[in-house]
Amino acid sequence: MEKPPPKWRARAGALLLLVPFAAMLWVPSYNRIAPEVFGVPFFYWYQLLWIPLGAALLLPAFLAGKRGGSG
Amino acid sequence: MRPDPVAIAIFVALFALVTLMGFGAARWRRGDLDHLHEWGLGGRRFGTVVTWFLLGGDLYTAYTFVAVPALMFGAGAMGFFAVPYTVLVYPLLFAVFPRLWSVAHKHGYVTAADFVRGRFGSPLLALAIAATGIVATMPYIALQLVGMEVVIAGLGIPMTFAIGGISLPDAPLLAAFAVLAAYTYNSGLRAPAMIAVVKDALLYITVLAAVIVIPAKLGGYGGIFAGVDANSLILPPARAGNPGVQSAYATLALGSALALLLYPHSVTGLLSSSSREAVRRNAVFLPAYSLALGLIALLGYMALAAGVKTAPEFAAGFAAFGNNFAVPALFLKVFPSWFVGIAFAAIAIGALVPAAIMSIACANLFTRNIYREYIDRNCPHRRESSVARLASLVVKLGALFFVIGLPTSYAIQLQLLGGIWIIQTLPAVVLGLYTRRLHPAALLTGWASGIAAGTWMAAQSGFKSSIYALDLFGTVVPCYAALSSLLLNIAVSAALSLVLARNRAPDATLAEDYA
Repeated sequence: MEKPPPKWRARAGALLLLVPFAAMLWVPSYNRIAPEVFGVPFFYWYQLLWIPLGAALLLPAFLAGKRGGSG
Repeated sequence: MRPDPVAIAIFVALFALVTLMGFGAARWRRGDLDHLHEWGLGGRRFGTVVTWFLLGGDLYTAYTFVAVPALMFGAGAMGFFAVPYTVLVYPLLFAVFPRLWSVAHKHGYVTAADFVRGRFGSPLLALAIAATGIVATMPYIALQLVGMEVVIAGLGIPMTFAIGGISLPDAPLLAAFAVLAAYTYNSGLRAPAMIAVVKDALLYITVLAAVIVIPAKLGGYGGIFAGVDANSLILPPARAGNPGVQSAYATLALGSALALLLYPHSVTGLLSSSSREAVRRNAVFLPAYSLALGLIALLGYMALAAGVKTAPEFAAGFAAFGNNFAVPALFLKVFPSWFVGIAFAAIAIGALVPAAIMSIACANLFTRNIYREYIDRNCPHRRESSVARLASLVVKLGALFFVIGLPTSYAIQLQLLGGIWIIQTLPAVVLGLYTRRLHPAALLTGWASGIAAGTWMAAQSGFKSSIYALDLFGTVVPCYAALSSLLLNIAVSAALSLVLARNRAPDATLAEDYA
């Protein structure tokens, strides 16, 4: 029988889900032009970068839930 | 605009291909289509991959792909709110929707209103949820048609045909819609699921080509951003006592993310997957579409840099469709004819998939939560399925009426209101997944106050904008009306639940049904 993962892992995973909200709703943190990357202002590439980052932040919660047996 | 035979031929060929697929889909993973869950949920048999295509085709609609770059084209940085919005959708989906999937699977729920009915034991609350879903979705279907109309016009296909001396306005649109209605009626959710695969392949090809070919022609990304008015490249700075556009941006992103998952077509797509694990995996893998959306948003700037607005050959298109013509004009300007055919087919087929799923979702709501609840309580499953099929036709006719009978601006304003309305189902549907302490009468009152307040706020701008400035103790905070009215809704629901006696109607669900 597989052991369920410790509770703290599920909790930590759930907390990570909140990070994208903090990052995206704090608009003043990214409302600027510099630094540009390949001519793309910060405002644009930073928010685009958050798409893969947000998916990556789901992974710990995803893996923790998977082994818990609830599927 | 002159018709372009090569582009039209490719466009029509791709359209014919997906039509055949749509009818053939009835046989795919064959089930007895006389059952509502077979017709309206594809038998809940879609695995991770099919669900990925289906939801991708469903959530990222053709209208999104036309309207988001159009907003960037017209308003600059503000239009980019679509990106934080899609970033926020997936943690929400991951946290909430596996629970809804599990409880729906256990009890055979087909709609969110089914769940509310079982959880709170209140047919009236379920009716409110179902009616909100149907009313919010109709103009959304209509806007998919607008997306289709724009590319048909871009191809130079005349919109009015004369057959036997009778002139038919909007003939190509009517034809496309009749085909869509026929295979949805025939195959149910299997049709858009299958077509979504083609749609996504075409869409990714188009996006890849656009982000590689267009910057090369316009002097790189530096050249593209240089073409944007410096004042709209980022959001205007906050002033003392008023965060201005920045709070509008953040609340639009959050409110849109919350609203998206409550739309009936999202619920239908999610409930059709074969396992809870498939829903969870999709929360991790669906953001691939968000990247495509982010890049598509930038097409609006590429259109600015390409100078399509002042080009005389596009003047008629802009006159008819406004900024929604920006992306088609850009493609016409930079791509060869054959590729214009592919790109436009991606948009038009991209309209078919969500339009089909939306009409199926509305049909499910009508059949389960109105027809069976109030009209024919003991209807056999066969009749349930045929009522749903007919309802899907009626819903599409309604959407068609919006597009042809009313000015396009009405559909846009109604869709804007639809977002404000659908979000009011959140306390019953989402909070209901975690607690039933909220009283159904309180939830109904909260729902009604949210709808009233949200509609009133939108009315203050003459339904032009969904941003309403709240005055919070001397600080003016422009806020997406859906979000502020939702907060009112939650406050009313919670406060009244404290006052009212416990809900004595039985709960059909058990705590373990949600795991």
